Amino acid sequence: MSAASPARRLTAHAAAEITATLRRSESLLLTLGIPVVLLVFFSEVHLLPTGPGKPVRFLAPGILALAIMGTAMVNLSIATGFERGYGVLKRLGATPLGRPALLGAKVLAVLVVEVLQAVVLVPVAMALGWRPTAGGVAASIGLVLLATAGFGGLGLLLAGVLRPEVNLAASNGLWLVLLLVSGMLAPLSKLPGWMAGAARALPAAALADGLHAAVGLGSAVPGRSWVVLAVWAVAAPLAAAATFRWE
Amino acid sequence: MPAQATAQATDPVIDPVIDCRDLVVRYGDRVAVDNLTLRAEGGRVLALLGPNGAGKTSTVETFEGYRRPTSGSVRVLGLDPAADHRRLMPRIGVMLQRGGIYPTATPRQVLSLFSRYYEQPEDPGALLDLVGLAAAARTPWRRLSGGEQQRLSLALALVGRPDVAFLDEPTAGVDPEGRMAIRAAVRALRDRGVCVLLTTHELAEAEHLADDIRIIDRGRLVAAGTLEELSASGGGPSVRFRAPSGLDRPALAGALGVPPSAISEPSPGEYRVAVEASAARVAAVADWLARNGVAISDLRAGAASLEEAYLALTGGGEDR
Repeated sequence: MSAASPARRLTAHAAAEITATLRRSESLLLTLGIPVVLLVFFSEVHLLPTGPGKPVRFLAPGILALAIMGTAMVNLSIATGFERGYGVLKRLGATPLGRPALLGAKVLAVLVVEVLQAVVLVPVAMALGWRPTAGGVAASIGLVLLATAGFGGLGLLLAGVLRPEVNLAASNGLWLVLLLVSGMLAPLSKLPGWMAGAARALPAAALADGLHAAVGLGSAVPGRSWVVLAVWAVAAPLAAAATFRWE
Repeated sequence: MPAQATAQATDPVIDPVIDCRDLVVRYGDRVAVDNLTLRAEGGRVLALLGPNGAGKTSTVETFEGYRRPTSGSVRVLGLDPAADHRRLMPRIGVMLQRGGIYPTATPRQVLSLFSRYYEQPEDPGALLDLVGLAAAARTPWRRLSGGEQQRLSLALALVGRPDVAFLDEPTAGVDPEGRMAIRAAVRALRDRGVCVLLTTHELAEAEHLADDIRIIDRGRLVAAGTLEELSASGGGPSVRFRAPSGLDRPALAGALGVPPSAISEPSPGEYRVAVEASAARVAAVADWLARNGVAISDLRAGAASLEEAYLALTGGGEDR
């Protein structure tokens, strides 16, 4: 007869989103499994050109950036794409949930999973010898929020226009490309100039660079990181909103 | 069609729950719904009956706010389903034709999630009992049978205690046991004063479930009325049978002593002899058919059924 309050609808749906993510083995692999494995393996096996000092000093901020990208872009995109394909989004359209609460629930779920990722990854990195710079935490949160908006917009852009199966491949493929050309596993300076130049305009490198500076080196976050992330944070959600198909 | 006039005689004092006037829905060049006018009231079940592709789903999805009318007006509970979507949603229950559930979600999970969208929902456990899904409450959607999936969809339509329920092909692909559960739930809704609008391409379902029937074909309303009114419009008493098409009708008429015009073939292989439905007439028809070596099936006598009205109105009712 009447709808529950917006806050109740939003939290109920967010709880369902979070539960679904934690129950899907492929989501767990993407959001926690792969980041933990890469972090531990490349910290212990010195294969990557991570510069002077322990590899974990370079890898920890990069892997945190990778984890954020997996949750905000790939996991959100694949789940939303299949929901669209299965008619779940259409069915929700005939409930009092409402699109603002649905979107809010998805954002909230992404943020909660990101916190869980930090709760797992930071202690693992510290056990491997990483000493984060406490003073950079506030800036890191700002970077992560901007990056989440940008990655989330990209994920929804793909989910809203591609068939679910195509989106599955496209999202994972994009994740792999961004993982390689982002300074997450190795410094951008190791890439050929043209590749590094292109990478610097993408949100993955901007987030990784920013986190390296903020919690890795304890230096000021480069202005370029803020600008690139802010542009993506506005442009990608707008593009998604303009092209999203609910059915 | 003559029956249409009787159906639109709604008491003007009572506002109809669904008030649809001159609705046109067009997809590009294709007209899905063509100038449809209908009303529905609380405490009654109205069936939109028609062959596949007749425009039933387009009509219902306009009532649900999924599509905007190309022209015409639609009001549900006095609200415009598209413009007043947010205010209308808490008051309607929707059963989509298929899907809408994540394959790994279980009935209990989905029902309890949906229940949290409403202020005073039905108890999910009680609903699972009502639709006979208690035993499958923890089975993922993809492992449910077609009938179980439909019953979960019905439960989702009921969880918000709606004033109007839109059920799109609620019994399609459902086993007999599931049909009984769905029919019982629909009757319970009606008895509670809910306005139920359902679509079906199956006559038997309309006969079982509906108080009022609107037959639509190619987007147009071709007949409207109560079950009794529509059955009566199918014609007077008759003897009916199925036999291979191309029967010598004048010869049969001669043998029966009736004018040739009394024997018609409403659709190929369906014959109707407009005579009183007596045992003697049935025997005479059977005798002539036997003597001429005609294989028959489905020999019936009596007042015309809704089926005849339907077949006559929709040109055989074949799927398109």
